[in-house]
Amino acid sequence: MNDLLITLLLILVKLGLIFGVVLGMAAYLVLAERKILGRMQLRYGPNRVGPGGMIQPMCDVIKLITKEDFIPDRADKWVFLFAPGLTALTALLSFAVVPFAPPLHLFGREIPMVVCDLNVGVLYIFGLSSLAVYGVVLGGWASNSKYSLIGAVRSMAQLISYELALGLALVPVIMTAKSFSLTEIVMSQADWPNLLRHPLAFIIFMIAVAAESKRTPFDMPEAENEIVGGFHTEYSGMRFGLFFVGEYISLIVIGAMTTVFFLGGWHGPFLPPVVWFVMKVLFVAFLFIWARGSMPRPRYDQLMHFGWKVLLPLGLVNVVITGAVLVALNG
Amino acid sequence: MASLLFYILGFIMLTATLLCITRRNPVHAVIYLVVGFFALALMFYLLGAPLVAAWEVIVYAGAIMVLFLFIIMMLGLAPQELPEGPNWHRWGPLVLLSSSLMACTLLLIFQDPAATEIIGTYYLAPQELGEALFGRYALAVEVVSFQLLFASIGAYMLGRSLPKEDDES
Repeated sequence: MNDLLITLLLILVKLGLIFGVVLGMAAYLVLAERKILGRMQLRYGPNRVGPGGMIQPMCDVIKLITKEDFIPDRADKWVFLFAPGLTALTALLSFAVVPFAPPLHLFGREIPMVVCDLNVGVLYIFGLSSLAVYGVVLGGWASNSKYSLIGAVRSMAQLISYELALGLALVPVIMTAKSFSLTEIVMSQADWPNLLRHPLAFIIFMIAVAAESKRTPFDMPEAENEIVGGFHTEYSGMRFGLFFVGEYISLIVIGAMTTVFFLGGWHGPFLPPVVWFVMKVLFVAFLFIWARGSMPRPRYDQLMHFGWKVLLPLGLVNVVITGAVLVALNG
Repeated sequence: MASLLFYILGFIMLTATLLCITRRNPVHAVIYLVVGFFALALMFYLLGAPLVAAWEVIVYAGAIMVLFLFIIMMLGLAPQELPEGPNWHRWGPLVLLSSSLMACTLLLIFQDPAATEIIGTYYLAPQELGEALFGRYALAVEVVSFQLLFASIGAYMLGRSLPKEDDES
């Protein structure tokens, strides 16, 4: 019984830590994105509140909370209210299976540095990423506005199309690790990160994941200069804030997934494992911010053609080649 | 504990499905059905098949229901008024099917009232399921996948031969 209690306490502590760290990181990623984008566009970005604009995220939160929580007339009230929460929730839940350090040995116990090491961890992340579409779609539909509906339909088509390529890009990784567990995938990269073993899968993964998270080259669902704001046009105050925070949490999730699947997880020389993990996550996040600062948005039909006619066949070919090489190597 | 969870999940699933078929708004019906699929996935997990549980969420809740929503939104289906009174031509077969299903379930319950045979008798590891699917039942899997291929080619042909007509898919 005592053992069970300690395990429960450990899980609670880990949950609390992850919740705090991820929310804090999301808040400061917003600031980082605004500042980096500002520099790329030859302006300063936020620099008035606190030293170098460091208190800006707090001010944003206070502003969002004190704004009116507006519900449009003839909107589907309950669906409209829970959709933003669904977006933030699915993004946060993905962290339950992400291992951020090797197991720790304390007082004769082995403490795994992951909330829940599911043996179907990869599929759990897929499941959540395919559920993330509901928040966006239901929010857009419930707003009862044409712009929101167009945004919702766009995001639905986009997410369904790119999810296939995303899944296919991860198949070679699973084939080399011989496991769905994220911890074992990281363990399998002790000497070589998967980036060097599966470079094509890495490229497909990065493109598909950018489309999944609606990051800028693929932000058709909220393209502000065609359809105002897409699915979140009618949202205001903290509900808009939840969509916004959800987007940045999913940016961190993407960073963590890329790190776990392709960059070797916590493995790295000299520095402690957690530091390596956080550095890799932040580096991937920086890559996506960089892409936002330098890439134009394609047309919607180009996006769909690229997903179905280029990425999907490439992914399939990659799986076949990896399978053949693995069979040849194992005799 | 596990059997308690089983009954709670069963209750959620039945309620969600009931709500799903009684809603007039198609989008609400889809939301309830997704809830039902979740309960079903958890039940698979409880029965010792985590891979099937994950598929339930990814394929049914994550992909097929999203496509349902897509169609509903593309067609702009509005909530409809139901025709009054039971229509036995339409409801008869459904009632027959579901009552026979109910009879089977009742029979199972009477045979083993303590439900000893249900939970935790076997743990199906993902590898084991994969080996069974692509080893022992490889031919069946191939046949089914070819059927899906034919179906998608057929759908493509149907969509192609009737351009610019009513966009009902």
